[in-house]
Amino acid sequence: MLKKAFVSLAIAGAVFAQTGMAQARDQIRIVGSSTVFPFATAVAEKFGKTTAFKTPVVESTGSGGGLKLFCAGIGDEHPDITNASRRIKISEIEKCSANGISDITEVKVGYDGIVIANSKKSDRMALSLKDVFLALAKNVPVGEGKLVANPYKTWKDINASLPATKIEVLGPPPTSGTRDAFVELAMEGGCKAFPWIKALKKTDKKAYKALCHTLREDGNYVEAGENDNLIVQKLDANPKAFGIFGFSFLDQNADTLQGSLINAMDPSFENIADGKYPVSRALFFYVKKAHVGIVPGINEFLAEFTSEKAYGEEGYLTDKGLIPMPEVERKQFRADVGSMTSLKM
Amino acid sequence: MTEYFLEPASLAKRHRAERRYRLYGQLAIGLALLFLVLIFTSLIARGYGALQQTEMRLDIIFDKDVIGDGGIQADYQKLARNALSEIFPGVKNRKDKRKLYQLLSDGAGYQLGNSVQNDPSIIGARQSIWVLAADDVDMYLKGNVTEGLDESERRLNDRQIAWINALQEMGRLELRFNSRFFTLGDSREPELAGILGAMTGTLFTLLVCFALSFPLGVLAAIYLEEFAPKNWFADLIEININNLAAVPSIVFGLLGLAIFLSLLNMPRSAPLVGGLVLALMTLPTIIIAARAALKSVPPSIRQAALGLGASPMQSVFHHVLPSAMPGILTGAIIGMAQALGETAPLLMIGMVAFIVDIPQSIVDPATALPVQIFIWADSPERAFVEKTAAGILVLLAFLVAMNLSAIILRRRFERRW
Repeated sequence: MLKKAFVSLAIAGAVFAQTGMAQARDQIRIVGSSTVFPFATAVAEKFGKTTAFKTPVVESTGSGGGLKLFCAGIGDEHPDITNASRRIKISEIEKCSANGISDITEVKVGYDGIVIANSKKSDRMALSLKDVFLALAKNVPVGEGKLVANPYKTWKDINASLPATKIEVLGPPPTSGTRDAFVELAMEGGCKAFPWIKALKKTDKKAYKALCHTLREDGNYVEAGENDNLIVQKLDANPKAFGIFGFSFLDQNADTLQGSLINAMDPSFENIADGKYPVSRALFFYVKKAHVGIVPGINEFLAEFTSEKAYGEEGYLTDKGLIPMPEVERKQFRADVGSMTSLKM
Repeated sequence: MTEYFLEPASLAKRHRAERRYRLYGQLAIGLALLFLVLIFTSLIARGYGALQQTEMRLDIIFDKDVIGDGGIQADYQKLARNALSEIFPGVKNRKDKRKLYQLLSDGAGYQLGNSVQNDPSIIGARQSIWVLAADDVDMYLKGNVTEGLDESERRLNDRQIAWINALQEMGRLELRFNSRFFTLGDSREPELAGILGAMTGTLFTLLVCFALSFPLGVLAAIYLEEFAPKNWFADLIEININNLAAVPSIVFGLLGLAIFLSLLNMPRSAPLVGGLVLALMTLPTIIIAARAALKSVPPSIRQAALGLGASPMQSVFHHVLPSAMPGILTGAIIGMAQALGETAPLLMIGMVAFIVDIPQSIVDPATALPVQIFIWADSPERAFVEKTAAGILVLLAFLVAMNLSAIILRRRFERRW
């Protein structure tokens, strides 16, 4: 009996190995940013359900990880599309072309705001970018050209109009695209408010970056992991703390959380769409032209993504928290997708 | 003699120590049980909501002007929208209509599309059908929306709530059993999300894992335990197997990425590769458990078989292995249960992904249960909270079933000496 069992297992193994042989792919594969993931998956699902094509597989690998996979080569085993919560870098384009991927189409999806929010049990705060920088930077300037390790413990220490509560901010870890964007937009924005630091950018770019882009590590900024929902729950439990995350999480939890005003701007849908709210970034995806026509459905998928009913003013992606682009831009990217215009930088 | 040494005081002290020790043990068990109960009640309290979903009864007219011949691309959602407008004829302007239509789930359109595809003859007919309501409506009916807030801070505005209440009074809105949770794959709409895709993925992955790691593990254990010469090389192998059992699972994922995907060009996100990687991970566990089980078979069994003229191989396969089987199976199932909960190695080989279609074979893209739980936990929509908890319950049910089968197998085959 045992012998039989072993033989049948061996046969099963052989059958598995047979079916394991690579076959031509008939399904779109998408990788990339976890910020674009909720939007890309919504389109993928809609596309799968309303066309005869298979539903694309979407992986959440992070912007950098996605571009790395994307640029690894042409062929079935490499993804067709990668999502990014930042623009592709020159170095990544070079890596792509080194692997034979010369034609990439860039599509901007829309915008995402990064909010600094706290629980409704506390008061709403009005911060300037400078306040944000002073609260979270590792080193802060005192006077002209002098730096000290961040001495501020409460919000009042920074700005007399703020409450005397301890600075406690939960935010994403360095692997996150949200963190990159926050550092670039909010921290650097506040950093530049000091004229001598702004001047430093021209003379010593490295020192400027080190100063503006480094978050404090003495316990006032807490890295809370990639899971934004976790931050949301922690804020509810600890009304004194603030959290940094994407607008869609604020949108879904508007009954328990409030977004702080930044430079007197409320992180509302309208303000982010108009570009008035200072901490917002564009979301992209990139398409491998060589795969169009080989993997079935790419053109149709792109048409779905860039249709008015998806990324338009009242499209279903806005229900998921995407902030749409102005109409001119939407038209332009729809045209780019139609003609598969290659990216030039 | 002994009485001489036993002073009454020391005896009482020792008895006290004994009682204290028992008390500590009972406390430890009590505490462990308390935590278990806490976990389960919180999971069930959160998760049972996923068994019910809010549905809306609409009088759908399968209008030929809207859906034509019933192709897959037709706008079936419009059928549901028209039916909803019919109930609230007062809603005229575009903005209000948009708010009204937000009460419907996208699933309504898919559902109507499916019924037309299954039976094209209903085109032109009028039917009363229960369709899915949006997740926000569902959360409102389940009482997960905080009352008494300003309108701007709620997902539903005052008019939408008034509509929902009106629908409820008409008997057109109610919580119904959510069979979709067990029959559908993943979705971005919480009301459409199901666990079947992940369950199938897990099942395929574990099958591949078992088919590989069990025979390999058992054969390796038999050779090492019964046949291998005892020398430094065998010791080296033994040490390495023990070390392998303690290697963090992500390392196996990296190995899978490098070998199965990059070198052998196997498909990404496939349960085949997931099973291979998890098999590597469970192999040491199975070998160690199988060796222990073989060791526990009394030498007299082997000697008796050999004495009666059986060859060493016959003595092992006819006598020792069957006696050791219960122990081996227990070890194997514990190894598989461990593999069931793994996400880290699956991350590297692309099984942490959004996959709607239910996998049909071991090379179709698939996710696994723990991955599905992670993806849901990470989604912004609040309605995913109950799906997450329900997903965890399904995973636990899987685990309990596996452990139970281990116990049953052991009971059936166990032999005592």
